[in-house]
Amino acid sequence: MPMELTPAPGSTPTQTGEPTDLETRDMMLNIGPAHPAMHGIVRIVAKLDGEKIEDADVEIGYLHRGFEKMAEQVDYNGVMPYTDRLNYVSPLINNMGYCMSVEKLLGIEVPERCHYVRVILSEISRISDHLTCVGATAMELGAFTVFLYMIKAREYLWELVEKVTGARLTVSYCRVGGVKADLPDGFTEPCQEAFKETRKVLAESDGLLTRNRIFVDRMTATGTISAEEAISYGITGPFLRGSGLDYDVRKDCPYAVYDRLPFDVPVGTRGDNLDRYLVRMEEMEQSMRIVEAALREMPPGPVLVNPETGRPIPAAEMVDLAKMGNIGAFSGACAVPGPTLEGSGRAQHPAIAAGEKRVNLPPKEDAYGNIEGLMRQFKLVMFGHGVRAPEGEVYFPVEGANGELGFYVVSDGSGSAYRVRVRPPCFAIMSALPKLIEGDSIADLTPTFGSVNMIGGELDR
Amino acid sequence: MNPSSAITAVTDRFPEAVSTSHTYRGDATVILRRQSLLEVTRFLKEDPEFQMNFLVDLTAVDYSAFGKGGRPAFFASSGVAVSPPPLIPDKDPWPGPPDPSRFVVVYHFFSTTHKHRLRLVVPVADADPRLDSVSDLWPAANWLEREVWDMFGIQFSGHPDMRRILMYEGFEGYPLRKDYPVNKRQPLIGPLN
Repeated sequence: MPMELTPAPGSTPTQTGEPTDLETRDMMLNIGPAHPAMHGIVRIVAKLDGEKIEDADVEIGYLHRGFEKMAEQVDYNGVMPYTDRLNYVSPLINNMGYCMSVEKLLGIEVPERCHYVRVILSEISRISDHLTCVGATAMELGAFTVFLYMIKAREYLWELVEKVTGARLTVSYCRVGGVKADLPDGFTEPCQEAFKETRKVLAESDGLLTRNRIFVDRMTATGTISAEEAISYGITGPFLRGSGLDYDVRKDCPYAVYDRLPFDVPVGTRGDNLDRYLVRMEEMEQSMRIVEAALREMPPGPVLVNPETGRPIPAAEMVDLAKMGNIGAFSGACAVPGPTLEGSGRAQHPAIAAGEKRVNLPPKEDAYGNIEGLMRQFKLVMFGHGVRAPEGEVYFPVEGANGELGFYVVSDGSGSAYRVRVRPPCFAIMSALPKLIEGDSIADLTPTFGSVNMIGGELDR
Repeated sequence: MNPSSAITAVTDRFPEAVSTSHTYRGDATVILRRQSLLEVTRFLKEDPEFQMNFLVDLTAVDYSAFGKGGRPAFFASSGVAVSPPPLIPDKDPWPGPPDPSRFVVVYHFFSTTHKHRLRLVVPVADADPRLDSVSDLWPAANWLEREVWDMFGIQFSGHPDMRRILMYEGFEGYPLRKDYPVNKRQPLIGPLN
């Protein structure tokens, strides 16, 4: 619609050349809860002056599932599937964070190989999270190809995750005091293969984005926040590092085996969307570096039983033999369980479990083949039993894909946690969103919201 | 600053404000009286030795069912009699919930300059669940305090915008209180303006 820009007769232009008595009104614009550019369900009510955002109110909670309440109802290991659904793009980091906080409460330490396994899978998850974030941001700015490339790379990584955990998204892989099963045989090769493909995708995407005039112009100087402001809002992770503060839980409060692995923490200087994009791109490379070093340095896995001589017996058959008391028929044999339990046998057990009988499930051969093992299994899985932590409270942070992911667990000595509190990294970033978009134009909301990487499951719990 | 020296520094500076302290599992914890919250947090933020510029987390715990045992109502239908297995003995036991007060509000701080952490625990009585807001000092507290209000019904005086955050307006009760039944249903509401 053609707009009348000449001043009405009788009015005098101000210093900026605008007529004084032209009526201007602020407009309230409702964005969301369901909107294509909101990856998740969130509502933003923006007060607009023309195209400029003057003020905004962010409304969250649309995906609230009562994680913290549910975690008080089930036993310690029963929380694991709920943690998968917090940040569902990198569930393994949530698994690890929750397990490590309960282990801190119990005062137990997992074997070194188990630490390495968790670190490897966390870093693979971190890459897939960053790929999703960068890909989605690029797509919203019109670079659809990059999105498809990055999702392709994510697919390679999720295939790796599937090889290890048996699931792609809701992995529930960690256990209090260990992991479900060891890495599969010959994991290094598919991992290298997947990283080769991922690096190719990253190089292609870098070529398509980093020197792309449209992308760079829309990312530069939008959503700017200084390091002091960011930290006062509790922002952590790539978002904070984009502003130039190098706080990374993996470096500053090292956990698991991160203090032994070589990696650098990239930081930005301007604190805008472009810096956060560059930080994420570099972090993916650093994560691959961590995984490669971890695969090289991790203690070797168990010597697997030779199928010719190791007397593999199907699990059901072993149970039948044990029921009839025919112990001699399977002593020293290895059980062949269903595919979901592969890698949790007696050979792998010392490498993946803390060796605390009141916490870890027994190896499958024991559970199937002798009464002590069976009782131990029952004592841990039966209703009202399970892991029982001493009275206490702990806070344990890990570096999630979006920043510091912490679990505060309080126990009253019963079979389930008294209180589980998650410190979700994107909650802090979302609370700063009005500040980030204020003064920018409405079109800048898209790249800023993309770089926030809001994950509804984690934000609303 | 290591956990025990951090505790000593706070206790020496505010002898009347600190009721007890402990370092269970290496986490420095100071239990404060609630009148002195603002004074102590301001000190923690501004003191060059502490420089707690990062409010990591702010949450609450409802201790009213602590140690009452029993399984939650969620599983009560099975009626199985169970005897609890032995606990893992604790060499350095936790001193227990800080106060007979029903709630505690828990603050976790971190300093990105000195790389140390500190936990502040402030008991809040059930009769008057109210505490001073620290959202002036850390803007991060704004949403976190709203969440504590939403989930536990603890008011923060001086908060700029005290509304529910995760639950909707019109929701009755405070879901993370121990007396809120886990399987309670509330009617779905239509859209509000």
